[in-house]
Amino acid sequence: MRSLQELHFEIERLNSEYAHALDNERFEAFPELFVEDCLYRVVPRENHLLGLPIAVIHCESKGMIKDRVTAARESTMAEPRTLRHFITNIRVLDAGNDDVIRAEANVLVVQTLINRMTEIVLSGFYLDRIVRSDGRLLFRERLCIYDSLLLPTSLIAPV
Amino acid sequence: MDAISLLQSRTWPAEGAARVPFWVYSDQDVYDREQERIFSGPNWSYVALEAEIPQPYDFIRANIGDKPVVVTRDGNGSVNVFANHCAHRGVVFCRHARGNAKRFICPYHQWTYDSTGMLVAIPFRRGYKGKGGMDPEFKLQEHGAEALKVAVRNGVIFASFDFAVPPLEDFLGPKMLGYFDRLFDGRELEILGYMRQRIPCNWKFMFENIKDPYHASVLHVFLITFGLFRLDQRSAVEMDETGRHAALISRKGEQMINEATLEMANFREDLKLNDPRLIEPAREFPGDATVVMQTIFPNVIVQQQTNTLAMRQMVTRGPHAFDLNWTFFGFKDDTPELRQRRIRQANLMGPAGLVSVDDSEVLALSQEGAQVFPDTDAVLEMGGRSIADTDHMVTEAGVRAFYKHYLEVMGFDRAS
Repeated sequence: MRSLQELHFEIERLNSEYAHALDNERFEAFPELFVEDCLYRVVPRENHLLGLPIAVIHCESKGMIKDRVTAARESTMAEPRTLRHFITNIRVLDAGNDDVIRAEANVLVVQTLINRMTEIVLSGFYLDRIVRSDGRLLFRERLCIYDSLLLPTSLIAPV
Repeated sequence: MDAISLLQSRTWPAEGAARVPFWVYSDQDVYDREQERIFSGPNWSYVALEAEIPQPYDFIRANIGDKPVVVTRDGNGSVNVFANHCAHRGVVFCRHARGNAKRFICPYHQWTYDSTGMLVAIPFRRGYKGKGGMDPEFKLQEHGAEALKVAVRNGVIFASFDFAVPPLEDFLGPKMLGYFDRLFDGRELEILGYMRQRIPCNWKFMFENIKDPYHASVLHVFLITFGLFRLDQRSAVEMDETGRHAALISRKGEQMINEATLEMANFREDLKLNDPRLIEPAREFPGDATVVMQTIFPNVIVQQQTNTLAMRQMVTRGPHAFDLNWTFFGFKDDTPELRQRRIRQANLMGPAGLVSVDDSEVLALSQEGAQVFPDTDAVLEMGGRSIADTDHMVTEAGVRAFYKHYLEVMGFDRAS
């Protein structure tokens, strides 16, 4: 039986890998943080509160996550930018007895484009369902619920 | 140079709608005249869907141009639209995005409006102990929030500040009404959710983008590669009599090499989806069109791209920016499978849309170029200078038709 502190640390490490993959455009590594049968959604807080199903990014499988990152890298016409994720205030909601762990965390994403000051893309929180697979934690479900309803121009990659 | 003399110094190129001077995208006084003549003029602006205010006393906020309005359903079930602007000191008195309320109380001096926008109460109207208060002649009914004219058709709510606006059906004209009714056929709608983004460009660039099918076949890898909207497919551009509204119509094709796709640098034969459910379409409307994108002047794009349906409302934020507010919907009688397709296919749209991102990014670049070269002109000659309907996509006729109308409304001097 792991202690809550150990679990907290493992989730922290999972989030760090997540942020590192996205911030460094290691897009091949990103889908590997999810199990095959997974759900990844980026949802405006408005829809979340109203119980409406539309998400700005909606992936129902690891395959859809792969398609999403391929699109971000290869098929989208977008201004080059650097993104940085700040994931903080991790809370373990349900330690899950090593079955499905439920956790949340705050997130802030900023971007830097050429000729522009660094700006906030979104602030919000993650709601996660995490499982243990081959000794490491992976996301079964990650919802990114963002407060900032109005996004600046566009969201190119997963957040 | 002051604003009035700047506007007077502007002359539209002699070529007419085949040229668009870039100052229309950046001059503050052009913007101001648009607010007056277009958004507050005799036009129907989209404000909301009835499904957003199903119950008595439901309300939702919206904008027409840059002016905030409140859309309500009153106790009798009628739809009302009034300016979100207190008759007393101008406060934007309705502060919630949506809700249910019998009364709207201005936070400043608590002037109180009912769900039709009528002023119904003023604190200390009769003064205190015989002192002060409003003049006995002051009539509450003369000081309501400014009411707008309202039109509702098959669940879609439009409003106008100008009561001289023609009936909605005449405003759309028979052809555009046909495409409108094809989608809004009277079935009850279900709201699926919202997306919002602020794009740093003039609102007209967005409106033109959906009147220009030519760009879709060169810019959008996703549409081209998966045959969702491509110029080798049977397609059409149609306008109303005035040219202000338009519809782009197309039928789905295949991911195949042909004469057309060979010319598309962005066609990717090698691109395969790991999970093709993302774009699997299901036929649901009469006829063989799989895409109908309708621009209804002046502020909404009605999107039917396979099974993803949305109203894209434009809210102007000065000459250099606008908000694009997406309201996704389906029908109450959708099967769970169809509903799920709509949710999946929404991946193509919005601020993170696999297709729409290309547009918002390129529109921001358009503005960046336009605003620093106001004295040069855009060249719109794809498909010649015609403004007639076409049975193909290799044309900018829809954009020219829009500018023909825009020129008439705005009354710019034209070079001879």
